[in-house]
Amino acid sequence: MSGRRIVVTSGKGGVGKTTTTANLGATLAKRGRRVVLIDADIGLRNLDLVLGLEKRIVFDLVEVAEGRCQLRQALIKDKRFESLAILPAAQTREKDAITPEQFAAIVEEASAHADYVLIDSPAGIEAGFRNAVAGAAEAIVVTTPEVSSIRDADRVVGKIAAGGKPIRLIVNRLRPEMVSSGEMLSVEDVCDVLAIELLGIVPEDEDVIDTTNRGEPIALREAGRLSAIYDKIARRLEGELVPFTTFDRQGLFNRLMGALKAG
Amino acid sequence: MIEFLRRIFGQRGSSATAKERLRLVLMTDHLELSPDMIETMKRDLVDVISRHVEVDRERIDVTFERQESTLAMLANIPILSVGRPSANGNGKHEGRAPSPDGSARTSKPKRVAAQTGPGAEGQAPPKRKRRRRKKSPPAPATAPAAG
Repeated sequence: MSGRRIVVTSGKGGVGKTTTTANLGATLAKRGRRVVLIDADIGLRNLDLVLGLEKRIVFDLVEVAEGRCQLRQALIKDKRFESLAILPAAQTREKDAITPEQFAAIVEEASAHADYVLIDSPAGIEAGFRNAVAGAAEAIVVTTPEVSSIRDADRVVGKIAAGGKPIRLIVNRLRPEMVSSGEMLSVEDVCDVLAIELLGIVPEDEDVIDTTNRGEPIALREAGRLSAIYDKIARRLEGELVPFTTFDRQGLFNRLMGALKAG
Repeated sequence: MIEFLRRIFGQRGSSATAKERLRLVLMTDHLELSPDMIETMKRDLVDVISRHVEVDRERIDVTFERQESTLAMLANIPILSVGRPSANGNGKHEGRAPSPDGSARTSKPKRVAAQTGPGAEGQAPPKRKRRRRKKSPPAPATAPAAG
């Protein structure tokens, strides 16, 4: 039985698609799942860099599509996790170097030997995004609690839903203290506006910058709170019912604390 | 200090504004009216109104405006004369009588507002574009008490 094919997308750039793909993938691998991560951002490849695998690239996505090499030759195995591999994007090619059909075929092939294929979509809603979505059967939309990010997320949700694929939401870079003081949209607000199922809430955390600086997935950092958060998301993805961490209760006490902090 | 109290007692900060603005901008986004569609709507609208009054087709202006919780289509249709003479022979919806003074053309801009809002879409299955954007207000209580 072939694995699940999931695209991680957002519309807007810089909201954390690549970080989410890398860390969710690493977390699933740590849980023993066979995971292939595909960087669909042709021309702006970064998944390899975030995971610290940039020096090990031999072949890339476009070369696989053009038949210059086998998929298994292009896959880079992450030595820190036995069952994690990535397929890097081409860095010096254009977004249209590959067709949606070619991309879908590669994803299909990758899913034959994996439990999960996570596709890191490029920002935007053009060719690269269409490719990334074409290969997937499900979608994870990443948004930050900011108006521009949410609007763009809504746009991609519309585009993906038109194809009938199930979509779930990760609210990324939440700042609970700002939510408490009413200066940031809460997760409830975001879900209310976007009306899609919530998969996870990731608070803003300095560890993200630190781990990406080093090219280490967060799953390796057991002590940090983010490791536990990604683990929860991974378990939800696997169908487990995991309660959400409540970062943003709007009780009087929290409002008071929020006001004190903000004021 | 007022700001501080406001924060404590229910009044929320800019997030409430953000949510409201988002709701409205998404409502517009979801309309997905292409310029072509707006043009067609405009023509159809004018065709209907022209059955009753003579309008200035050149000066019709259709815009969309966000109101409190809904989106309104505002059509500004200048009327040249009331009681349009039967031009196409369709007398069914003719104005009551020809204009008493056919030469003196009145140019009264008339505003037609069509509300597109919550409730219009109903509670459809969880499919896109039919999502409710806003909780529908409860139906107004209509039955007056016996008096």
